Amino acid sequence: MARSPGAPQVPFFRDPKLRAIIYQVVLCVVLGVLVYAAVRNAVENLERAKIASGFGFWNTTAGFDISQTLIEYSAQSSTYGRAFWVGLTNTLLVAGLGIILATVLGTAIGVARLSKNFLVERLASGYVEMIRNVPLLLQLLFWYNAVLKALPDFANGFAIPGGVLLNNRGLYLPRPLGIDGWHVAGVIALAVVLGFVFNALAARSAGPLRMLGLRFAATLLIVVGIPVLALIAMGAPLAFEYPEAGRFNVSGGVEILPEFVALLVGLVVYTAAFIAEVVRAGLISVSRGQTEAAEALGLGRFQTLRYITMPQAMRVIIPPLTNQYLNLMKNSSLAVAIGYPDLVQIFTGTVLNITGQAIEVVVITMAVYLTFSLVTSFAMNLYNARVALAER
Amino acid sequence: MTTLDTALVPPPAGAGRQAYVRTAPAETLAPPRMHVGWLGWGREHLFSNPLSTVLTILIIAALVLIVPPMVDFLFIDATWSGTDREACLATPARPEVGACWAFIHERFAYTIYGSYPIAERWRVDLFFALLALGTTWLLWLDAPRRDLGSVYFFVVLPIVSFVLLHGAPMLGLPVVDTALWGGMLVTIVVAAVGIVASLPIGVMLALGRRSEMPAIRLLSTIYIEFVRGVPLITVLFMASVMLPLFLPETWSPDKLIRALVGVALFASAYMAEVVRAGLQSIPKGQYDASHALGLSYWQSLRHIILPQALKVTIPNIVNSYIALFKDTTLVFFVGIFDFLKTIEVARADPKWSTPVTSATGYIFAAVVYFVFCYAMSRYAARIERRLAVSERR
Repeated sequence: MARSPGAPQVPFFRDPKLRAIIYQVVLCVVLGVLVYAAVRNAVENLERAKIASGFGFWNTTAGFDISQTLIEYSAQSSTYGRAFWVGLTNTLLVAGLGIILATVLGTAIGVARLSKNFLVERLASGYVEMIRNVPLLLQLLFWYNAVLKALPDFANGFAIPGGVLLNNRGLYLPRPLGIDGWHVAGVIALAVVLGFVFNALAARSAGPLRMLGLRFAATLLIVVGIPVLALIAMGAPLAFEYPEAGRFNVSGGVEILPEFVALLVGLVVYTAAFIAEVVRAGLISVSRGQTEAAEALGLGRFQTLRYITMPQAMRVIIPPLTNQYLNLMKNSSLAVAIGYPDLVQIFTGTVLNITGQAIEVVVITMAVYLTFSLVTSFAMNLYNARVALAER
Repeated sequence: MTTLDTALVPPPAGAGRQAYVRTAPAETLAPPRMHVGWLGWGREHLFSNPLSTVLTILIIAALVLIVPPMVDFLFIDATWSGTDREACLATPARPEVGACWAFIHERFAYTIYGSYPIAERWRVDLFFALLALGTTWLLWLDAPRRDLGSVYFFVVLPIVSFVLLHGAPMLGLPVVDTALWGGMLVTIVVAAVGIVASLPIGVMLALGRRSEMPAIRLLSTIYIEFVRGVPLITVLFMASVMLPLFLPETWSPDKLIRALVGVALFASAYMAEVVRAGLQSIPKGQYDASHALGLSYWQSLRHIILPQALKVTIPNIVNSYIALFKDTTLVFFVGIFDFLKTIEVARADPKWSTPVTSATGYIFAAVVYFVFCYAMSRYAARIERRLAVSERR
């Protein structure tokens, strides 16, 4: 926009471009001053309280016990850094299991809400309304204090067929003998990865395996077969050590903390209600004409769901679904309330109390959650770009 | 079929009346009994196919198994009066003990006011009344002078409430330390501060994120993504243990204020995304038109963009308020006695320690939270329907 030479000059403070620059400079300067003041205060306050700063504590011996450790840890010799990893693996364990179970339950309830069966639909709607309108923290406390802690003690606990014991000390499962948990996890992970790879390759191949039913069966065979083969190779038949309720405690078996059970149940029940809404919204977003057209083409019910409804519903479902997954992971930090040793409980709780290094501890904890959520939203953007409708 | 077809064909001209052509409409038959009324409804909605039938039977069986014991626990076997745990313990004469409502009855005032001095509790009641007035004024879309209502809610009410609850010796109201506040009072205060603070801050952040100035856009985006990426509990820890470190020693803010800052910061980031969605739904033509009219940035926001954007976002705003209301329970972790915490404290009191106390306390708390949240979600749904109707016109 060139001005004609004779036009009156606009005063410089009316020039939007210049004004924008001034605003931003002022904002940055104010922020800079605030940050500088905060840092100076922090340094002073820390010195006065004689709190060390820096990340030196990471390699110091922790000296406290943790009730559930997936990786090796001992109070005497392990460091705060090790305690961090213990907490992180515990968080990932409960979040990972929670995501799988909540997806299954949530999808079932979401589909049930669209059911033509009056009772099924009312029950699913009632579940969603009830669960969504009560705070998660209250639900966790309820599961832990009013359900699991109110169970009979180990002498009078429930024995579930299959050698499982449930009492107020926790859940006891039979322990397979002669097998290392990490090997089992490794073999299962390998089988799942191979199954996925096979499935993807078969879908692109030209052979008979491309057919859905056959491909699915073959994939299932791989996913189930590899662990079974591994089991046979390692010397099946499998022997179990069953938990037994003694006079003073339960011996044998795998002990699962009641805190873990309460947290998992609470997270799954809560998140499933939200996932159900996501799934429902996704399914009703596919217009009726699509299903009718599929029927007209002669596709069966399953084929319609698999090739017509699902791919279109997924486009609507996936973004909010990942949001729910992230929420579940963030919500697992409520473990503090019932004493499950997750990242926040170990790190922001115990480690912070012992070392007093609030800034470092809180920053590390936040960084972990932030990393997960940024990585997920990055992946989400890639996915969205792939499945987005080609706008014409 | 044949009868119908012949009936439709007009008789050839000149032909006489034919016996097989219907001259009067056939009598309407009643629909089959299995397809109308409650029988038809049941066939369609309960037993339409084998799977549906199985599910119906299973659900009815489960309801029969679950509902009567629940009614027993909640009402029939419940203890309605008593002064301590003895009333709620099982005795040989009374083997089945239900919910211990006597416990709730005795601790009710504590769950509402916390340790607020008994002589001053009228101030809390007055605060609740003023808040109820403000909320009704704002939520009732056809209320008179809603502009005054928002001034009242966002400006007058916060100041009056602070004076009323905290106290002002000049006005003859003794100061009540926030350490004594508790129960529903604190839950409502935290939620209200979150609600009042998050909307304006959220709008500013949303505008910032859509701004054309790179520094402002970047800072807003970082803030929003950062807060949304971490759990509220870490934000509260940050506010309660880190904030005092960053401030001069002499300031040392009160514990409740620190938690309020944490909740407000957290809620603002979520509100910003809700508002941003609303801003994005406004067609570009609206912006262009307001520029063409010569309105400045703030004028076009004030008169054109925000009224439309906020209106379509009301349901989402209310939904994020529901989430905020549930999230207030997390102040629990930084040592503040909100409603849930008072239930926890009351529950752990040996005076009322029985096997049913915990369940009773949690059921009571769940009902209270449910009533608040469900009311808000119904409101949001109603607004949504109303907006949908006005869109259709």
